[in-house]
Amino acid sequence: MENSAAIRFEHVYKAFGSLQVLADVSFSVPAGEAFCILGRSGAGKSVMLKQLIGLIPPDQGRIYIEEEEITGLPPRELPRIRKRMGFLFQYSALFDSITVGENVAFPLRRHTKFPEEKIQQIVHDRLEEVGLADHTRKMPTDISGGMRKRAGLARALALEPSILLVDEPSSGLDPITAAEIDNLLLQLKVSKGTTLVVVTHNIPSARRIGDTLAVLHQARILAQGTAEELDRSPHEMVRELMSSQGGT
Amino acid sequence: MGTVVLHGAANWFFQVGEFTFFCGRALRESLRPPWEISEVARQLFEVGWRSLPLIAAAGMAVGAVMSMHTRASMERFGAESLIPTVLALALIKETGPLVTGLLFAGRVGAGIGAELGSMRVSEQVDALESLAVDSFKYLVVTRVVACMIAMPILTTVMNFLGIFGGFVAETAVSGMTFDLYWNRAFASVQFVDYVPSTLKTIVFGFLIGSLSSYLGYYTTGGTAGVGRASTRSVVLASLLLIVVNVVLVKMIFFFFPGAVQ
Repeated sequence: MENSAAIRFEHVYKAFGSLQVLADVSFSVPAGEAFCILGRSGAGKSVMLKQLIGLIPPDQGRIYIEEEEITGLPPRELPRIRKRMGFLFQYSALFDSITVGENVAFPLRRHTKFPEEKIQQIVHDRLEEVGLADHTRKMPTDISGGMRKRAGLARALALEPSILLVDEPSSGLDPITAAEIDNLLLQLKVSKGTTLVVVTHNIPSARRIGDTLAVLHQARILAQGTAEELDRSPHEMVRELMSSQGGT
Repeated sequence: MGTVVLHGAANWFFQVGEFTFFCGRALRESLRPPWEISEVARQLFEVGWRSLPLIAAAGMAVGAVMSMHTRASMERFGAESLIPTVLALALIKETGPLVTGLLFAGRVGAGIGAELGSMRVSEQVDALESLAVDSFKYLVVTRVVACMIAMPILTTVMNFLGIFGGFVAETAVSGMTFDLYWNRAFASVQFVDYVPSTLKTIVFGFLIGSLSSYLGYYTTGGTAGVGRASTRSVVLASLLLIVVNVVLVKMIFFFFPGAVQ
């Protein structure tokens, strides 16, 4: 029994039509650690992330969040689990009809009974943490891609989740902004003990953030371990991937 | 060729079944708390209040045009005095609800289809779910309920402004006073003329809201998919409205025999 596992994937299978995306995928992430999922485009990395939050159900297998099985849970039960998790989407997925500040306030207004002053204080604190305190009143369409990503992170962290799922944190960003996002994630892990699951193409970023790295290839986890272990992997594809600089 | 037709037919039946299930879910969820009252109010403002100028302008124009046509016909029989009555009955019983429905399908149906479609392809729907919010209830049910509330109100506006537009056209030709016109217009209008035909627009609102939400909520294929969802929302909602109207009119005649007269 892995008492401290924040996330467990057990023999998970998923196919879309005739395309097998995941086949017998198993892994676990100890609480407070960062787990990076690497792989080529279309390998099923984002599908794994969406399965973790119950957006895509697996065809077979079991998924546990903080030792509670979420596979087979009725849809009405899922929000209870999701409140403990944050999700940073690849393109941020900010609600474009409301301001940046309102995006961050949204989960607080939905799930807490905090007075408005406290909500505004939390919004300010979260946006300050990601360096966007001066952009509270801007619309998501009026800020840059990197700022949207940081605003998405602030929204994902509004309820102080114990688990944060991150889809391609550095895609579409310049190396400096990408490094800033990495630093924010590292800071979360170290200072708040947040468990991170990060899907990325960016190997330097995965080396910086990840305690454990897993390479997804042809629907299976081909290799899993620390960055150093993967550098010495017997699989040529894994060594090749690890030696690449990764796109940002 | 045969396979393509069969596949197309199967796909059509699948979509009809899925839409029926979607409508049932929307109805069921609308009765279950939480009712998302602030979001319904926001949607009511978007679909109702913002449609008001269009409906008001169209009502005036339709009423004026109908009055002119009615006058041309009535003059042949020397029955000009019946113009206000005929116009009021025609507007309240059929023209008002149907024209409002078609205009509403054009403006609101396209808007809902495009908005939800855009939210789907940009992962905003998934983002709502990830924030522990029931996206169906928050996005679909609120819009469907808002459409159901807005339609009878807008229809009433259309009816009254249509009658007023008829008065403007009539008084320009014959100099009829407002009091006389208004009294003649409503002299023959009864409860059974107004209520069933206005209440049927709640069904129109439900169909427009559900169909456009269905097409938007399940959009695939990026921005091209959003465009398709928007166009199909207008076309299919208008078509559905016209077909369902036939059934509803028959039902009104059955349940309210007085409405036949």
